[in-house]
Amino acid sequence: MSIDKDTARKVAHLARIRVEDDALPALADEFNTILGFIEQLNEVNVDGIEPMTSVTPQRLKRREDVVTEGDQADKILKNAPDAREGFFAVPKVVE
Amino acid sequence: MMSGLNKLTIAEARDALKKGDVTSVELTEACISAIDAAGALNAFVHKTPEIALERAKSADERLKGGEEAPSLCGIPVGIKDLFCTKGVDSQAASGILENFKPEYESTVSQNLADAGAVMLGKLNMDEFAMGSSNETSVYGDAVNPWKVDDRQLTPGGSSGGSASAVAADLCLAATGTDTGGSIRQPAAFTGITGIKPTYGRCSRWGIIAFASSLDQAGPMTKNVRDAAIMLEAMCSHDPKDSTSADIPVPNFEAMLTGDIKGKVIGIPKEYRMDGMPDEIEKLWAEGTAMLKDVGAKIVDISLPHTKYALPAYYVIAPAEASSNLARYDGVRYGHRAKLAAGEGIVDMYEKTRAEGFGHEVQRRVMVGTYVLSAGFYDAYYNRARKVRALIKRDFDEAFDQGVDAILTPATPSAAFGLGEMAEADPVQMYLNDVFTVTVNLAGLPGISVPAGLDKQGLPLGLQLIGRPWEEGDLLNVAYALEGAAGFVSKPEKWW
Repeated sequence: MSIDKDTARKVAHLARIRVEDDALPALADEFNTILGFIEQLNEVNVDGIEPMTSVTPQRLKRREDVVTEGDQADKILKNAPDAREGFFAVPKVVE
Repeated sequence: MMSGLNKLTIAEARDALKKGDVTSVELTEACISAIDAAGALNAFVHKTPEIALERAKSADERLKGGEEAPSLCGIPVGIKDLFCTKGVDSQAASGILENFKPEYESTVSQNLADAGAVMLGKLNMDEFAMGSSNETSVYGDAVNPWKVDDRQLTPGGSSGGSASAVAADLCLAATGTDTGGSIRQPAAFTGITGIKPTYGRCSRWGIIAFASSLDQAGPMTKNVRDAAIMLEAMCSHDPKDSTSADIPVPNFEAMLTGDIKGKVIGIPKEYRMDGMPDEIEKLWAEGTAMLKDVGAKIVDISLPHTKYALPAYYVIAPAEASSNLARYDGVRYGHRAKLAAGEGIVDMYEKTRAEGFGHEVQRRVMVGTYVLSAGFYDAYYNRARKVRALIKRDFDEAFDQGVDAILTPATPSAAFGLGEMAEADPVQMYLNDVFTVTVNLAGLPGISVPAGLDKQGLPLGLQLIGRPWEEGDLLNVAYALEGAAGFVSKPEKWW
């Protein structure tokens, strides 16, 4: 499996990271180095093995579906780059 | 007033505070002076002297009061920048969280504050804890106080600032976090002790997430006793972290007897890597002999899937990171890119993340995105999770055979020079974690103990791996090893 420039561009877009065209070949090379390293996993016989979901066998705790710490919109908005009238503001999404 | 108060261990300071020989304010001032004189180490990146002195004053009040003071009352510590601390910059050494001041406190740092600890400030680290040399930080490199020639050395990573600060006596102890070795490798590189507890011992709430199934917090300290004291204060069951364990936290310090007669110590043959330096091999053999001399039974064991731990880690950790770091989109906190006329929300996301994330973080997020993408999920991500199950099974089988703890080297080398790995491909840097990463994949407790110096005069560490939830026993074996190794060297002050 080898990653070319187009695949690198696609992955960068899926990750929502802007990568300029001239940086794509080097990025593809780095991906290929890392994926080459990861390919070793194909040597392992994993027949009949379940993928691990939790390192400690445990059932997640449940709690009542109630508001625990609500009513703090000001605190939640405090670090926003752009907050207006109690909302996070972003560029226009819908035409 | 005693001099060099910043050089005390937690246990020594605790006793001196109780006797009234020193005050927490004096201890704290000694640390603040040491920090101010150690700019060259670039360990503390956000200093909080006002908070520290306020907490020190109230600790002194508490110590004077009639009630029994809590375990860390008046002890000055540093906090890794990965922990959210209320009203204090917490940016995981990333540009994307510039100026982020959380409105809440992480459970672990709150537990420490409740135990009376005094926060001196925030410590340098690799960006989002992704790195093994503290060279991916937006604050610049943290520097190892150990120095043998004109080179500046890495303190390791990702908890490099924590390691540097403790080794240089800027604080009595510090918090670290460990996803693939980020407590144990820097501890080994700086001649200090660091323990990563069992997954679930410390709440992850309020710790900026890297790879949620692997991340654990732990203490970085001057010796094993301090690690026991501080770990106990950090651990708790926390309803805000669904993976935090609802089991009692024992008094770890009380379990330090130094008696390990009859304990079975496993030596895994797969950790004898090709090209391993003779000095590492020799240190490992010496550590084995020391444990044998104090009464442990040494057995050879096999952990056959060891070789596949790093490749599995470099699927699972980036996959989880790509998901966790999706939240940095320029909307709720941190950096937002300036947009040109006509640019929309996708441009905002892409430019924000390109400007805010450093190179290594970008690379890992994209690798994670790739291994989770349609068509590759089974081939990479699911296969890695199956291999992870096999790695855990290897350990389970060793413990089922009666092994109490496993002894390995902590790192494949001593600290290297800052910048020396700049030209190497990323996989070369990843190999730093070859001995530590298995422990995260299996969720086990692991501790790095300084055990000797290499030919150049740089510290080397040994790692002990314990059974799940048995940190007390593990710390006791580490305590016995520490006693036998007698490592007392300190870096000579040049900064």
